[in-house]
Amino acid sequence: MIELIKEPWPWYITGPLIGLMVPLLLVFGNKAFGVSSSLRHICAMCVPLDIKYFKYDWKSEKWNLFFVGGVVIGGFLSGQVLMDSEKVQISMETVNDLKALGVTDFASYVPKDLFSWENLLSWNGFIFMALGGFLVGFGTRYANGCTSGHSISGLSNLQFGSLIATISFFIGGLIMTHFLLPYLF
Amino acid sequence: MKNIKFLIFGIAFGIILTKAEVISWFRIQEMFRFQSFHMYGIIGSAVVIGIISIFLLKKFNVLATNGEKLNFPIKPYNKGVIFGGVLFGLGWALTGACPGPIFALIGNGYSVFIVIMVFAVFGAWVYGLLQEKLPH
Repeated sequence: MIELIKEPWPWYITGPLIGLMVPLLLVFGNKAFGVSSSLRHICAMCVPLDIKYFKYDWKSEKWNLFFVGGVVIGGFLSGQVLMDSEKVQISMETVNDLKALGVTDFASYVPKDLFSWENLLSWNGFIFMALGGFLVGFGTRYANGCTSGHSISGLSNLQFGSLIATISFFIGGLIMTHFLLPYLF
Repeated sequence: MKNIKFLIFGIAFGIILTKAEVISWFRIQEMFRFQSFHMYGIIGSAVVIGIISIFLLKKFNVLATNGEKLNFPIKPYNKGVIFGGVLFGLGWALTGACPGPIFALIGNGYSVFIVIMVFAVFGAWVYGLLQEKLPH
C-alpha cells in the first residue's frame, strides 16, 4: 500500500480527485475553485497604489491565499513523504522531440538546464522563467481565470466564457510549443 | 479559525497536483505535442466529475454548510478571455506550469519557481495597471 502511494498516481485517480475540489469548496466554504485570483490578491495586499483593479476588500478573499499556501505545503509534503522518484515517465516521442531541441536533463519534474538559478541570467533562462511567469500572471488575470478557475471550475458549471478560455489556453500553448519553442534553445 | 479548512483543501490539492505529475514541465510538453493521454485524462475526468457534482448540487438544492445558497462559478465571456487566454497559453507552455503548479513546485523544493511566481504577480499587477486600456 505504501509503495502504491509513493508511486505517481494514475490520471483516473487524480483527475476525479481534482474534480471533487469543486463541490467540496462550494459546500464547505461556498467558494469557487480557482488559483490565479491569488495573484491579484497578493498585488492588492502589497502594492495596490491607486489602481482601480486592486481597490477592493482583499481581506474578504483571504481564503484564497490560505488555499495557495496549502498548495505549497502540499507540494512540500508530497516531495518529502509521498514520492519515491521525481523522474517523470513521459512518452519516448516527447523525450526524442525535447532532446532534439537541446534538453538534456530528464531527472526530475522540470529540466534543470532551463529552470535553475544559474540559468536565470542567460537569455533563454530569462525568457522561460521571467517572461513565462509574466505571461502566466498577465494572461490569467486578463482572461479572468486559469486552468483551475476556467477549465475545471467554470467548465463544471458549463460556462461559455470558460470554454472559450480553455480553447484559447490551448491555442497559446500550441503556438509556443510548435512554432516558438524551437527558436528558444 | 475559519480559513484553516481552505489551507487543508490547498494541501490536498498540492499533493494531488504533485502525485498526478501535473507540475511537470515534461507532462505539459507531452500534452501540447499530443503524445500522451495523461493530461487529457486528468483534465477530462476532473471536468466530468465537476459537471456531475454541480448538476447534483443544483438538482437537490444543496446549501453550503453555513446555510448560504451556493455561489456557483460564473465566468462571462468577453474578448479578454481570448486575448488573455492565448497569452496565458504561451506562458503555460514556457514555464510548464499554470498558477497552481507554480505554488506546488515551490513546495517541492524547486526554489527557482519563486522567480516565476514573482513575475506572475508582476504580470497580474501590470494587467491591473493597464486594465482600462485593454480591449475586453
